[in-house]
Amino acid sequence: MPTAHGNHDARAAYWRRNLRYVGALLLVWFAVSFGAGILFVEPLNRIRIPGTGFPLGFWFAQQGAIYGFVILIFVYVRLMNRLDQEFRDGLPGPTPGAGAGAPANGEPRDGPPDAGGPR
Amino acid sequence: MNVQAWTFVLVALSFALYIGVAILTRAGSTRDFYVAGGGVSPLANGMATAADWMSAASFISMAGLIAFRGYDGSVYLMGWTGGYVLLALLLAPYLRKFGAYTVPDFVGDRYYSQLARIVAVVCAVFISFTYVAGQMRGVGIVFSRFLEVPVHVGVMIGMGIVFFYAVLGGMKGITYTQVAQYCVLIFAYLVPAIFLSMLIAGTAIPQLGFGGVDQASGTYLLDRLNGLHEELGFAAYTSGSKSTIDVFFITAALMVGTAGLPHVIIRFYTVPRVRDARASVGWALLFIALLYTTAPAVAAFARTNLIETVAGRPYEDVPAWFTTWESTGLIEFEDHDGDGAIRFVGPAAVDDAGAPVRNELTIDPDIMVLANPEIARLPAWVVGLVAAGGLAAALSTAAGLLLVVSSAVSHDLLKRAFRPDISERGELIAARVSAGAAVILAGYLGIDPPGFVAEVVAFAFGLAAASFFPAILLGIFTRRMNREGAVAGMVAGITFTAAYIVYFKFVNPAANTAEHWWLGISPEGIGALGMLVNFAVAISVAAFTPAPPPEIGDMVDSIRVPAGAGPAHEISA
Repeated sequence: MPTAHGNHDARAAYWRRNLRYVGALLLVWFAVSFGAGILFVEPLNRIRIPGTGFPLGFWFAQQGAIYGFVILIFVYVRLMNRLDQEFRDGLPGPTPGAGAGAPANGEPRDGPPDAGGPR
Repeated sequence: MNVQAWTFVLVALSFALYIGVAILTRAGSTRDFYVAGGGVSPLANGMATAADWMSAASFISMAGLIAFRGYDGSVYLMGWTGGYVLLALLLAPYLRKFGAYTVPDFVGDRYYSQLARIVAVVCAVFISFTYVAGQMRGVGIVFSRFLEVPVHVGVMIGMGIVFFYAVLGGMKGITYTQVAQYCVLIFAYLVPAIFLSMLIAGTAIPQLGFGGVDQASGTYLLDRLNGLHEELGFAAYTSGSKSTIDVFFITAALMVGTAGLPHVIIRFYTVPRVRDARASVGWALLFIALLYTTAPAVAAFARTNLIETVAGRPYEDVPAWFTTWESTGLIEFEDHDGDGAIRFVGPAAVDDAGAPVRNELTIDPDIMVLANPEIARLPAWVVGLVAAGGLAAALSTAAGLLLVVSSAVSHDLLKRAFRPDISERGELIAARVSAGAAVILAGYLGIDPPGFVAEVVAFAFGLAAASFFPAILLGIFTRRMNREGAVAGMVAGITFTAAYIVYFKFVNPAANTAEHWWLGISPEGIGALGMLVNFAVAISVAAFTPAPPPEIGDMVDSIRVPAGAGPAHEISA
């Protein structure tokens, strides 16, 4: 299997950083949904979001958690793209989302899709 | 034009669009058929995933369920979106790097075992079929209500459309059709929501109108709704009545189940690179969130509207929509006290003398989204649009699920397990034949659903959570997990979960109440516990059985680094 991360140490370091990111983001994931939306929903409901009719806990359960999830994923995408950049050696650096995305290795492709998605 | 004419026109136009897209994007190879040639852009894949994921349940049923359950309905909102975080952080990039065609492919190769592959195929087919029958049923209901054709004719029309583009186009046809279907369904969902929000809260953004001021009463909408609920003897809208532990476990089961559903996972094999797989999950959730943050607003608007339109009103004066839905049996009114007025009250309702009042009105939550535009007296074309959107949601999900079934049969069973020497052409024919057979079987289940289908659909999540999720996760994050552990874990998890569900739903339904549940966890939430059982069994069994062969360790190492992800391909096992 061809890899960009030649030596074992670089791979291990890459994996540790990835695990740290995943761990931290999953804590936030748990806090906005299971924490604010379920476990602490009653005390938070005594607080009202100023200028709206939302009790805070209820808002987290029906709105806030979902916004949080979307943000979390895009933060992870950014962090990992930066991490990939840092550890990349000897690979042509493709610009994000360039073209139909040429595969990074030499495997033949069966041809690009004839209908491109909106871009 | 009246509602029916508008519905005909809009549904026909949307179907013509799907067929056109399908013809433009036919599949030429098995790679096209299984993973759309592996060249779908992350944005398009995100849209397709959103349409694939959002089924008739999300479009038609969810807002109604929330309207009737208030805070307790949050389990669906958090549960069906939070799973995407798990998918993005824990599964999608690694499965993309692994580069197989199907979920059983990964399980079979990572655990170097035909037994593990076949266990995974059985789980995938079972989960997908229970799910797809519900979609076909949704198609039938929309047709019968809005176009006044019998349910079985509606199901057959739906089958015909899905047959056409799933069999012809495979994953490639499905992907680009789903992009079109997402556009139709989100437009159809947002238009009435915006109308309602302007009408009730005076703002065009439903997410804000939800927390805004009710124009009729001058108080905050949610306060007004809580007030109405108290008056009529329902539990407060913003508090709900389920126990905390049950809400916790149901949410967890739905989240983990979402991340383990095979038709969602395979969508991430269709993008070119690992980084695209990550971004694609983000886009998918963004597109899903657009509907999922609107749904609770629609629920609150619908609930307020419904109470104000019917509660306490004389039966003679009910609006036309009430009578139409009554004729489908989805609204029932029984005048227990014989005063001709509709008593729509909750379990805690009492009259002035303190005697309990009986509820006289039963409404199926499924009709709320479909009836909403009529309740709010929106223009006829909006009603037609909602019908077209509901069909888009049901058809897109059905197609994605059928592809899982057909690839499980033609690829995992035929090619990988029984006839490895089959030619590319032969495999493509097998894939098309099994997709066709799956459509017909699903249609049959939709026309004549065995009594348990509707019940089982809700449990597909628990079963996915208890079977696939731990096996895939341990396969990526530990090198040591071996074939014995994974198979034992999957079998233990799915058996435990299925047994608990079968006991409370079929063997002893009378005992299906909170005091009999284990730890107070309902059958809906038991999948989360089943997942823990799976983890525990897998880890203990693996500790006492031989480590996997060294090449598996290399495979795990290579999955963990993103570089060098080729197009999805055969792993030479």
